[in-house]
Amino acid sequence: MNQDKLTVPPVEAELKLSDEKIKLQVNDLKLYYGDALALKSVNMTIPEKRVTAFIGPSGCGKSTLLRCFNRMNDLVDICRIEGEILMDGQNIYDPKIDVAELRRQVGMVFQKPNPFPKSIYENVAYGLRLQGVKDKRILDEVVETSLKGAALWNEVKDRLHDNAFGLSGGQQQRLVIARAIAIEPEVLLLDEPASALDPISTLKIEELIYELKDKYTIVIVTHNMQQAARVSDYTAFMYMGDLIEFDATNKMFTNPSQQQTEDYITGRFG
Amino acid sequence: MKSLFGVRAWFRSGTPWIWLNAGAIALCLVMVIGVLGLIVVRGGSHFWPADLQQTEWSPESGQKKVIMGELVRAETVSAVMLRESGATVPAELEAVTRYLVKVGNRDLYGRDFSWYMDYEISGWTAPEGAIALERRERGNFYGFPLKLNEGDTLIAEGAAMWPELLKRVERANGIFQQMKDIEKNDISRINNQIEKLRLTERRLVLDKVSDAEMAEFKAQAEAENKVLNDEYAVIQQKLDQLRAESNRDNLVARSAEGREVTISLANIVKAFAPNDMSVWQKTRHYFSGIGTFLTEEPREANTEGGIFPAIFGTVTMVILMAIIVTPFGVLAAIYLREYAKQGPLLKIIRISVYNLAGVPSIVYGVFGLGFFVYIMGGSIDQLFYPEALPSPTFGTPGLFWASLTLALLTLPVVIVSTEEGLSRIPSTIRMGSLALGATKSETLWKVVVPLATPAMMTGLILAVARAAGEVAPLMLVGVVKLAPTLPIDGNFPFIHLDQKIMHLGFHVFDVGFQSPNVEASRPLLYATALVLVLLIVVLNMAAIYMRNRLREKYRSDTD
Repeated sequence: MNQDKLTVPPVEAELKLSDEKIKLQVNDLKLYYGDALALKSVNMTIPEKRVTAFIGPSGCGKSTLLRCFNRMNDLVDICRIEGEILMDGQNIYDPKIDVAELRRQVGMVFQKPNPFPKSIYENVAYGLRLQGVKDKRILDEVVETSLKGAALWNEVKDRLHDNAFGLSGGQQQRLVIARAIAIEPEVLLLDEPASALDPISTLKIEELIYELKDKYTIVIVTHNMQQAARVSDYTAFMYMGDLIEFDATNKMFTNPSQQQTEDYITGRFG
Repeated sequence: MKSLFGVRAWFRSGTPWIWLNAGAIALCLVMVIGVLGLIVVRGGSHFWPADLQQTEWSPESGQKKVIMGELVRAETVSAVMLRESGATVPAELEAVTRYLVKVGNRDLYGRDFSWYMDYEISGWTAPEGAIALERRERGNFYGFPLKLNEGDTLIAEGAAMWPELLKRVERANGIFQQMKDIEKNDISRINNQIEKLRLTERRLVLDKVSDAEMAEFKAQAEAENKVLNDEYAVIQQKLDQLRAESNRDNLVARSAEGREVTISLANIVKAFAPNDMSVWQKTRHYFSGIGTFLTEEPREANTEGGIFPAIFGTVTMVILMAIIVTPFGVLAAIYLREYAKQGPLLKIIRISVYNLAGVPSIVYGVFGLGFFVYIMGGSIDQLFYPEALPSPTFGTPGLFWASLTLALLTLPVVIVSTEEGLSRIPSTIRMGSLALGATKSETLWKVVVPLATPAMMTGLILAVARAAGEVAPLMLVGVVKLAPTLPIDGNFPFIHLDQKIMHLGFHVFDVGFQSPNVEASRPLLYATALVLVLLIVVLNMAAIYMRNRLREKYRSDTD
C-alpha cells in the first residue's frame, strides 16, 4: 500500500470568509423574469481558488444566480438585471464589457453533458480555435493538458479523433470540463455537473473538482447536499430568490446560524 | 346474443382499424406497382426485337398482297361498329379480330402502321431470312435482302451477303460518327469564332471607337476570318469526302409484296434478322437497344432514336437548381429562425413562405417568363450583350432561367426543412458554445448549422424530387422540344446558361401529345417516363445517401 494515501491530511485551519481573497463580489443584485422577481437583492462574495456551493430547493434561484456570473441570462429575452457583480473589481454588467471575453474568463459546465458534434480533439480545441489559434503544436499540447486536467486523457488518448458522442455520459461531462479549462478561465461555473451521471462518474467528477480548485475559482450548484459537503469550501443556501445564509461549509453543515438552513439541511423541507 | 357480443368485442379490440389501415397501404402499393408495372412493361418491351410476321392479305376490294411486319397488338371489335365506320364486314360475322401491324417501309406505303381484319388475311408465319433495317430516315425497312453493291459492282448475294452487310453497315456507321464529330467539334468551334468576331466588331461600332482603330480591327478580323474560312473549306471538303465514302455501298432489297428498293448503307443504323436470332442474340440486341436509347439523340421528330439530350438537360437543370436554392433557402431559414425578432410580422412572413409551396407551378412559369426572362434577362442583354441585339442572349428562355424558376418553386421546401432542423438543435449545445466565449454567429456557423445539415439535405431531396418532375413552368422558361446542342460543350465558357435545353418531363409530353407518328412514339413515351422515374429515384438515392452519411457524422444522443 502506498504510504501517502494513509497519511491523514493536515487539519485545515478553520476557513473564514473574511480571510479570503475576493474573486467575485455581488452587490445588491436583483433579477426579473418579466415582472417576476427571481433574485431579491443578493449580496455575497465568492473567494478566489475555493469551491463555493449553492444549495437550496428547486426554483430558489441558485442556477439563475450562477448564470449571472457569465451573463448567460442575457440570452433570455425577458430577463432584466439590476445591481452589479464585480470580478476583480470590474463590474461585469458594465455596457463596455465584451461578453464573449467575459465568458472566456468565466467558463461554464452544464447539467447535461453537451459535447459538440465533433471529434474529441475538436471539442477541446474549439475554444482555442475561436481565439484564432491555428498552430497544430499549441493545439495538441493544450488538448493533452486539458484532457489530463480533466482526468480523461488516459481513457481517450487513442481515439482523439473519434466522435465525442461515442463517449459515456461521465466521460462526456469530463470532456466538457476539459473543453472549459482549455481556454484557461479564471472562474469555473458548474451547474449541477453530476446530476445526470451514475455514482461512479459522479465520484470522478467530484475528485476532479477537488483537484481543479488549486487553479480555478469554482462555483457549483448542486441538489445533492452530501456532494456540497464533500467538495465545497463554502456553501450558500438560497431560498425563494433570497440568499439565506453563506458561510464555510463546515459551519453550515454543523452549526448553521439560520433556522431555515438547518431545516433544509436536516431534510425537514425542500 | 353471443354473436353480437363477439362483434362488439371485435370492434373494441381495434382489429377493424388495423384492417382499414392495412387496406389503405395495400391500395397504395397496388397503385404504385400498377404505375411502375405499366411503364416498365410498355416501355421495356419496345427494345425486344419482335419476330417479323408475314401473311397474305386479300381485301374485298383490290388485289391480294403479301404483307410483313411486327405485330403490335390485336383487338376484338364488334362487326356492327366496323360497319358503321364504313368497313364491309361479311354478314355472318358478329365480332372481328383486327391486328395492328408495324409494316414499316414508309417510303413505299406512306405510313408504317396498318390495321388488318382477320377475315381478310391468312394465318401469320415468320419467314426465314426476313430482315429489319433501322434507318436514319423514313423509319424501319422490313423485307428480304437481294444484293449488296459497292457502287455498281456486285459484292455479295444470297447467304454470303449477311456477314458482309453487317461489316459494311458498321463501317458506314463509323464514318457517320466521324462526320458527326467533325460537325460537333470543328465546325461548331469555327462558327463560334466567326460569330465572336462579328460580335466584337458590332461592339466596337456601338462603343464608337475611332475610325483608325476600327480599320485596324477590321483588317485583323478579315485576316482571322480568312483563316477560319479556309479551315472551314478544308473541313467541308473532308466532310464531303466522308459523305461520299459512306454512300459507297448500297443494298438492294425486296419488300414483302415484291417491290425492289435500293438503300444506301449510310442510311442504315442497324441491320438485324429477328426471325433468325437466338434468344441470346435477341437479349444482346435488347440491351444494346436500351443503351442506344439512353445515349443517342432523338431522330425523326422525337419518334425514334434516344433521349440523351433530355436526360442531360434534366440533370444539368436540377443540379443548377440545387446549387441556387440551397444557399438561398438555408440563409433565409437561418435568418427566420435565429435572427429575426419573433412576432406577428414574422408569423405572416413564415405563413407566406409556407404557402408559396402551394402556388400552382404554372404560375411560377409565368413569373419566370415575365420577370426573369423578359425583365432580368432583357436588362442583362442591354448591359452586357448589346452587340448581339436584337437577337437576345439571356432575354429569351434558357437553362439558367429554368433553373432559377425551379429554385424559386422549391425554395419554401428548403426553408421549411431547414427551419425545422434548426429548431431541433438542443439549446444546451448552443449554450455550450456561447459559454466558451463564442459569439452568436460563431456558434451558428461552427456548431448549429453543421448539426442542421441533415435537415437541409432532407429539404434538398424534396426539392430535387419536385424539380425533376416539374414540366408546366419549364415550357415557358427554357425547355424545348428539340435542342440541337447540349448546354455543356468544349467552347468557352463550357457551360452555356443561356441555351435552351431538353427535359425528360417535357419530352414525355411532347412524345405523347405532339408526335406526328403516335403509334411509333407510344413505346418511347413509356420508356421515357420510366427513365424519368429512375432518374428521380437515382437523384434521391444520392441525396439520401449523403444525408445519412452526414447524420452518421453528426449523430447526437438527442436524436
